Amino acid sequence: MDLKTMTFLVVGATFALYIGIAIWARAHTTSDFYVAGKGIHPVANGMATAADWMSAASFISMAGLIAFFGYGGSVFLMGWTGGYVLLAMLLAPYLRKFGKFTVPEFIGERYYSRTARVVAVICLIVASVTYVIGQMKGIGVAFGRFLEVKYEIGLLIGMGIVFIYAVMGGMKGITYTQIAQYCVLIFAYTIPAIFISLNLTGHALPQIGLGSTMADGSGTYLLDKLDQVVTDLGFHEYTTKERLSKVNMFAYTLSLMIGTAGLPHVIIRFFTVPKVADARKSAGWALVFITILYTTAPAVAAMARLNLMETIQPSATGENLVYAERPTWFKNWEKTGLLKFEDKNGDGKIQYVKGDANEMVKVDRDIMVLANPEIAKLPNWIIALVAAGGLAAALSTAAGLLLAIASSISHDLMKGIFVPNISEKGELLASRIAMGGAIGLAGYLGYNPPDFAAGTVALAFGLAASSIFPALMMGIFSKRINKHAAVWGMLTGLSITLLYVFQHKGIMFIKETAFLGDMKANWFLGIEPNAFGAVGAVVNFVVAFVISRVTPPPPEHIQHLVEDIRVPGGASSASGAGH
Amino acid sequence: MSDRASYWKANLRLVALCLVIWFTVSYVFGIILVEPLNNIRLGGYKLGFWFAQQGSMYVFVLLIFFYAWRMGKLDRKFNVHED
Repeated sequence: MDLKTMTFLVVGATFALYIGIAIWARAHTTSDFYVAGKGIHPVANGMATAADWMSAASFISMAGLIAFFGYGGSVFLMGWTGGYVLLAMLLAPYLRKFGKFTVPEFIGERYYSRTARVVAVICLIVASVTYVIGQMKGIGVAFGRFLEVKYEIGLLIGMGIVFIYAVMGGMKGITYTQIAQYCVLIFAYTIPAIFISLNLTGHALPQIGLGSTMADGSGTYLLDKLDQVVTDLGFHEYTTKERLSKVNMFAYTLSLMIGTAGLPHVIIRFFTVPKVADARKSAGWALVFITILYTTAPAVAAMARLNLMETIQPSATGENLVYAERPTWFKNWEKTGLLKFEDKNGDGKIQYVKGDANEMVKVDRDIMVLANPEIAKLPNWIIALVAAGGLAAALSTAAGLLLAIASSISHDLMKGIFVPNISEKGELLASRIAMGGAIGLAGYLGYNPPDFAAGTVALAFGLAASSIFPALMMGIFSKRINKHAAVWGMLTGLSITLLYVFQHKGIMFIKETAFLGDMKANWFLGIEPNAFGAVGAVVNFVVAFVISRVTPPPPEHIQHLVEDIRVPGGASSASGAGH
Repeated sequence: MSDRASYWKANLRLVALCLVIWFTVSYVFGIILVEPLNNIRLGGYKLGFWFAQQGSMYVFVLLIFFYAWRMGKLDRKFNVHED
């Protein structure tokens, strides 16, 4: 069977599975729709959270980033996993105890303020919409590359699938499809990695293979060999290449960690488990399932980089690859424009070195995962599986984000502020319409990506880190922080982060409007804009602390509410914090 | 001091302990002290590099389960567990 038919079959089968689950797991109440009836087992929720969290960026782009940044790519590995420690200890159990449906709902009640709730809704929508554009693009591109379907058609099919299971099943449908999607994506990611690790080192576990000697009998460690190969060609040593500076790496990792913990679509997953103790355990399980992919990624990165270098500039013979004799995968990826060669010195051979003499004028980072099975000469069904895995990663994250957006519109804005008397049936209908609208908007933005689409995922982390995370954490760990402190903290943290990002990249990412003037790029301690969320968070904490000292403490029933969410069981507080 | 208050104190102590470890394996071993640690080898891995790309993540997983287990015991000790 040829690759295209095989890919259609595998992708078609996974889609049929998702739709089957949707029909089985329909939502009947608002509680089903928002939090899956709070009946999800902690291990199942951990798996769903892992799929919810791991997006097209984790699946397709991360290994490529590490392959080219080397040690500097560690910020993504530590940053996107360490956030779960914060989530498990600082947020998830207490927010689960609070026991409501959305993140802005907590902020609104804890800070007894509609303004705070609306500010939180705005932060949530901006962070989630920017994030969802990237998923929609990923869906369109995956269809285009593997099934040779037009980008727009691919996008429409993807939207249709999400529409069916997210509108019908809400959180309940999304949870069960995410579990299926996790299985598809983890299988698709690890199988090629195992084969490549076996090829290069003789070890089946990529995590062990990365620290082992080469299988060629030379006794050289794989990482030493890679360091040797890249430094010979003038690149920086792989295992020590820093990302700008230590301070920057520190800030970048911290921004990603607190950004991860503050992303609403991840937080609401922990509202679906039955008990507070389950929320703690579930965060652990989520990280187990995430770590399986995240510890494999650095092995994929290093091994793919080594394979690529050794194919083009074999260190054993010293003879460069003759362009006319390039392998098939090279030709295939040249067609997509993601790989480009230019014979600068006219010798018909490929020179892949640092500097002007480099003839590999384009090596797109995303190739590292997508072309991996082809480079390792794996059978067609595995290549088809990688396509299905990439789609599963993008669809599962898109669905989670769309639910966070839809519930903040129907529950926080409509039920909470504009139409408080809406019936449960009416709210359920409203949430379905909001979901449909959010899918339409995301599809439109994916089809017509605004110029700023490229920089937006980083912005989502910056926003979550500088606004949502501090407001939630202070709401739980301090009884003294009042509504003024929270609102001003969120607004200053958010503005300062946005200012720094826009100063470098232009207002709304329109290049010409950058206003760096005669200041040096990364002027603040050498921190790059994507890493600035940590600074924004510090500003948020400081502003909130200072304001809370000069304004009166929150009313007594709020202090009771805080005491109440700090303990898992026992009598509900007398505050009557309910609706 | 009431039971609830001492339960909260105990929780804060546990969180602080876990976060010290969290900070040490990632920021200290993976970033600040990465060069000196890189002089030590773990098979083919330089140790600092290993913490940054493998070890810190394993420790994170263990930390969360450790926290969940200890909190489960605290919940029972102070009789604040659910059901």
